Amino acid sequence: MPITLRVNGDDVEIDLPGEVPLLWVLRDVLGLTGTKYGCGVAACGACTVHVGGEAVQSCQLPVAEVRDEVTTIEGLGTPDDPAPIQQAWIEHQVAQCGYCQSGQIMAAAALLARRPDPSDAEIDDALALNLCRCGTYGAIRAAVRTAARQMREA
Amino acid sequence: MGRLRTIARRSFLIGSVAVAGGVAFGVWQLRRPLENPLRPDEGATLNPFVIVDGAGVTVIAPRAEMGQGIHTTLAALVAEELDVDMEGLRVLHGPPARAYYNSALLRGELRYHPEGLSGWRQVMADTLGAGGKLLRLQVTGGSTSTLDGFVRMRMAGATAREALKEAAARAHGVARDRLGTDGGHVVLPDGTRIPYGALAEAAAGVAPPEVALRPASDWRLLGQSQPRIDAVAKSTGTAEYAIDVRLPGMKFATVRMCPHPGGGMAGVDASAAEAMPGVAQIVDLDTGIAVVARTTWEAMQAAEAVEIEWTEGPGPATTEDAFAEIAAAFDARRNARPRNDGDVDAALRDTDGLSVEYRAPFLHHTTLEPMGAAALYDPDEPHLTLWSGNQAPVMHREKAAEAVGLSEDQVTLHTPMMGGGFGRRAEFDFTVLAARVARAVPGTPVQVTWSREEDMRHGFYRPGAIARMRGAVADGRVTAFEARVAAPSVTRQSSRRFAGFAPPGPDRGHLEGMADQPYAFAAARVEGYLAETVLPVGFWRAVGNSFNSFFHECFVDELAQAAGADPLAFRLDHLDDASCRDVLEAVAEMSDWTGRTPEGVGRGVAMTRSFGTPVAQVVEVADEDGAVRITRAWVACDIGRALDPRIVAQQMEGGLIQGLSAAAFEEITFEGGRTVQGNFPDYRPMRLPQAPRVAVRVLESGRHMGGAGEPATPPAMPALANAVFDLTGRRLRELPLSRHVAFAG
Ligand code: FES
Ligand code: FES
Repeated sequence: MPITLRVNGDDVEIDLPGEVPLLWVLRDVLGLTGTKYGCGVAACGACTVHVGGEAVQSCQLPVAEVRDEVTTIEGLGTPDDPAPIQQAWIEHQVAQCGYCQSGQIMAAAALLARRPDPSDAEIDDALALNLCRCGTYGAIRAAVRTAARQMREA
Repeated sequence: MGRLRTIARRSFLIGSVAVAGGVAFGVWQLRRPLENPLRPDEGATLNPFVIVDGAGVTVIAPRAEMGQGIHTTLAALVAEELDVDMEGLRVLHGPPARAYYNSALLRGELRYHPEGLSGWRQVMADTLGAGGKLLRLQVTGGSTSTLDGFVRMRMAGATAREALKEAAARAHGVARDRLGTDGGHVVLPDGTRIPYGALAEAAAGVAPPEVALRPASDWRLLGQSQPRIDAVAKSTGTAEYAIDVRLPGMKFATVRMCPHPGGGMAGVDASAAEAMPGVAQIVDLDTGIAVVARTTWEAMQAAEAVEIEWTEGPGPATTEDAFAEIAAAFDARRNARPRNDGDVDAALRDTDGLSVEYRAPFLHHTTLEPMGAAALYDPDEPHLTLWSGNQAPVMHREKAAEAVGLSEDQVTLHTPMMGGGFGRRAEFDFTVLAARVARAVPGTPVQVTWSREEDMRHGFYRPGAIARMRGAVADGRVTAFEARVAAPSVTRQSSRRFAGFAPPGPDRGHLEGMADQPYAFAAARVEGYLAETVLPVGFWRAVGNSFNSFFHECFVDELAQAAGADPLAFRLDHLDDASCRDVLEAVAEMSDWTGRTPEGVGRGVAMTRSFGTPVAQVVEVADEDGAVRITRAWVACDIGRALDPRIVAQQMEGGLIQGLSAAAFEEITFEGGRTVQGNFPDYRPMRLPQAPRVAVRVLESGRHMGGAGEPATPPAMPALANAVFDLTGRRLRELPLSRHVAFAG
């Protein structure tokens, strides 16, 4: 029986075994390749998306268990109309190879939705799972603080 | 004659060629064999750097973008001369040079500077004589990209600008020198602006004029930080990596190869896997299998379900065995002794010197995008198309062609963005496997993604290494310094893989960071010993420097301690190079170095000159309930001339973090002839809460032009170890430090 999902505002029907993780439904079926595979075991954060506004590792979430609306990096903003957090990422020129950054941005966006004025410790905490092999951690911290300020002022 | 010399010194010519709707500018490359030297065009292709057509200006980056920002700097080099805005530029990865745009280019008429013919021949004879070799050298590594593109990309931009002006001059009957250029337009004396795109086709009919490069004092873009070309795409999930390539009808695959280096496969039972949902085909790859399926996850599940009997390889069973192989090299023939100044033995005989052993572990690249590639084998032509994030396109194409029985002309290789490289993507194994999987499913595009476990267990590891160090001090000065370093040779092993033979003679790479540091020691001897191993080893960020810097700079700290001297002042006292002293002095000032730290805080310093760039770092650690927290780090480098200061600073910080991560946490170990670590819970790179606050200063002495991608990684390791010594009093001579001290999470 097909599974119905709401992804980035669209209803989609998925005809796959329910145990297939959401990550691969997004990437291989829906072509939403902004969400990345890095480990498959919830240890790197590259696959982070929002389900019902919460940051989750989509590599460990069977598609049949998705109970709420899914937002991916593509649903957050676009190159022509980036979300405020993405603007902060661009302003701080965070990305090096960029591969981890969709996950970093989604984790940070979920934090700011929950905590508009996070402390440094809360930022560190919210991004503790998200690996970056290029060492962009300093720029990530700065971008999150900028985004928080701009979103509060907006 | 004067002219010939000019060209020979420049060592290449910028030519142009018509392409559909426009013109391409670039450097001529030889094809071998050249049948008729009087008609070099018949044996040559253009390696274009700039294409101007109706769509605008496209910069072809001859080097790979792995996150180091090189595309932005290469584009700025072109834009500086071409007078175009950075925002409007497109940047593409250059495919293998010999194939680049082959069909499009060779359909057009090849053109070269008519007057340049004699110069061209000169170039051919004197500098491109070894054309085949040059072509193979399309490799990104050694922190050379900026250096390499510095003249060529600007020449391409300047030549394009003048050719566009010439086309406008002819069309409007005005002399070329009365025309200006601005923001992608040629400007006529009356102020009329003609977009480059409108002149592109006509410019293809113009012999590329001889040009001079603008002096640095006129630069508008170079020397200023530019927004990265890929920043928006990488912040919106729209940058396309090889793993993201999607084609109609695509299948998704994964591989599972023998986990024993040099081992194989004795038996396979795929019956259970074949019956699993979504599985299309199991492919026998001789020393492993691939599963082609509906989704990557289904392929990975099925690959695990295939029952395989592996045969073991001839390699060491355990980490201890691997290090025994390395230690045994000390008893075999010495490979190199690049430094032997003064009488080390006499100096050591007369004192109780230090005699210690250091060890560095095997390391993995763990690029966040795992290995893999997309491929389509078209059986009709036949033709193979590959999308592979790689650091050496010519070689990748050659090896892929070989693997599926095609000629290189029958293989097209695209290089998408790379989710990290660090040296791993120079190796061609993943491109070849994707080609073989595609060959097994003709007509079906296939995306081959390795699982993280497969990636980690089939690495080309930074080799483990052992250093035996001896030294002595008297009156605050080093009287003797001896370093003997043993490790498997990355140079030899990779040359065998890449070219089929290992260069004989001394292996310089093996002693980088040890033999070449500008310390004035009264007597110094450096020796290299090469261990033979079947464990795959490869280029890891900064290569030999990555272990030698740890050995060297920790040992210099020990010598400073023996001399009762401040480690930073001690280095300054011994350094023979102005830039190396400058970066140390800068980092001392930035960190307010006093040589003393409060209780519960430790600081360490290190300086390494690698890839032409000296980098000094101070790392600070603090005790946090018995665990070590890396709190702050200061970095100063002298890159000579920074074309993009922010990108250089980012490379310095990223390089530092990767070095700290390795020094604190990272290690590959072996058991039962296999790699133990399979995923991030067992291989643990530094995470954000563990990362220090970092300050970077980029010096531009103008004395040289150095690399940026690698030089910050080596000194981070000894700087951290020295800081831990300052905090705990424990001199740890083995990495990762987490074997001996706990780090705060
Ligand atoms: S891929 Fe999901 S956390 Fe790594
Ligand atoms: S930018 Fe490369 S992994 Fe984070």
